[in-house]
Amino acid sequence: MTRAVLAVPRPRAREAGSGADPRPQDRRTKVTFRDMGFSYPGRRALSGVTLDVPERRVTAIIGPSGCGKSTLIKSINRIAEIGTEVKVEGEVRLDDENLYGPGVDLVDLRRRVGMLFQKPNPFPKSIYENVAFGPRIHGSGGGAELESIVERSLRQAALWDEVSDRLQTSALELSGGQQQRLCLARVLAVDPEVILMDEPCSALDPISTARIEELIEGLRERYTVVIVTHNMQQAARVSDRTAFLLNGSLVEVGETEAIFTNPTDRRTEDYITGRFG
Amino acid sequence: MRRAVLEQVALGVLRGTAWVILGATAFMLGSIALGGAGVVTWEFLTAEPTEGMTHGGIFPAIFGTLCITLLMIAMALPLGVCAAIYMVEYAGRSGLSRVIRASVNNLAGVPSIVFGLFGVGFFVLFVGRSIDRVRGGGLLFGQPAMLWAAATLAALVLPVIIVSTAEALNAVPRSHREAAFALGATRWQTVSRVVLPQARAGILTGSILSVSRGAGETAPILFTGCAYFLPRLPVAYIAIPFTGLSIPMVNPLDQFMELSYHIFIMATQSTNAAVTRPIQYGTTLVLVGLTFLLNLSAIWLRARYRRRLVTP
Repeated sequence: MTRAVLAVPRPRAREAGSGADPRPQDRRTKVTFRDMGFSYPGRRALSGVTLDVPERRVTAIIGPSGCGKSTLIKSINRIAEIGTEVKVEGEVRLDDENLYGPGVDLVDLRRRVGMLFQKPNPFPKSIYENVAFGPRIHGSGGGAELESIVERSLRQAALWDEVSDRLQTSALELSGGQQQRLCLARVLAVDPEVILMDEPCSALDPISTARIEELIEGLRERYTVVIVTHNMQQAARVSDRTAFLLNGSLVEVGETEAIFTNPTDRRTEDYITGRFG
Repeated sequence: MRRAVLEQVALGVLRGTAWVILGATAFMLGSIALGGAGVVTWEFLTAEPTEGMTHGGIFPAIFGTLCITLLMIAMALPLGVCAAIYMVEYAGRSGLSRVIRASVNNLAGVPSIVFGLFGVGFFVLFVGRSIDRVRGGGLLFGQPAMLWAAATLAALVLPVIIVSTAEALNAVPRSHREAAFALGATRWQTVSRVVLPQARAGILTGSILSVSRGAGETAPILFTGCAYFLPRLPVAYIAIPFTGLSIPMVNPLDQFMELSYHIFIMATQSTNAAVTRPIQYGTTLVLVGLTFLLNLSAIWLRARYRRRLVTP
């Protein structure tokens, strides 16, 4: 049975058919999950996940609440384990490095893998200090160099024009959407390779959401993006590949267009057509 | 109908209890203020007691109270704040952390006289005498002194400082720590650059309030260093080499007079309790005033930092 389950607006020329964009299997894999299992005390969150995240593309993780989406991406920068005991089986690799092997430098890992959270979480410091936080703790740059990093990051996050004349005011005075873009600038300032987003628009209004989605569009040129979302339309709009997660297991992964128009698994179809979840 | 009556009764009882508390406080402060107002003069604040402590001022007691309070802060604050940071930020919810938490809470409930006895037994007789034995040359550390009294008071306020600091740290949103960790901050960078700046106001107010409580305690210093009558100040002159000059320094190995202890002996041990009544009132007013000042500064600090959080 092949039929379109969801009309997917894809206005972009870069999509399927444009020869400049190589197919995913030709691309390097940035993050690799191999038969990966993840348990919190008394609760199993993920089991048997095998997934390749291609470099410089946007991968969306969809699935109902509690299916392990957040745990999956938080296992990449290893913040799922903060404040609790966890057990990890199988492998998670960034490039060729096993992230749960011995001697992994968490500071370096988290510099290479940035993260945007569900709710904007700027520090109660000035706009400038928020963006400068990362470079400062990594001891890179000072004075003029730091200033240029801050400006570049704010421009990348499309926030510069709105805040350039008040960099010293508190980040808490910004609107929710501006705060989330500030958090993105804060991530970009440490020059990561991978950017994780955990439902980055769930606390934002539609206009702010649209701006974040525009930004994600631009980010794929330099960064590998993994985004968790509850919003099917959003996954269809922003991602190149989509993975569907259910009860801690990966049900299906493929090109976004294929997943949304022609899912191979019955459960995927049920979920994206809104029959459950 | 019955519900309406019950509502009125509940309101009446609750409002009544509030008035009882207000009334008790007003009566206490009012009688202290009335009794002490005429006594507290400039001379009372700056002179030493005379004529068997039935006349004169209380300056040595004020001086001793200030010295011992500062010394107590210097000992208890760094220790308490560091312990709380370890408990909240590092130990997490491990078994060890639970044990530490339980013992801190229990320590906070120990009566102050027990701390006083502990002070004599541990600081004066054990620590002090041990130091004396090691250095030789007679008794110096192994006797009641300001140092040991301050240490005993520090032990008394330590759990209070730890608990209030832990509360201030816990009030910092988890999301801020996550953001810092996700940017590659180490635990210490997260604590020092994100958590502490936000918790500072809470830590300071909690600490000041605990200190203002410690400053009024009598029992812990009873056996550890305060003197019945010591009109000279606990000050020693330290010679500066080659200059022939010497500068006065507070001598922590000396004994001292202290306000709350002064009130105690004036009321119970005086040669003539009736004659010294005005002095008791005056001393009490000064002690309450000092405590009130500390509390005010805590309120002021809290307001100031709260403003700064919004517009840094």
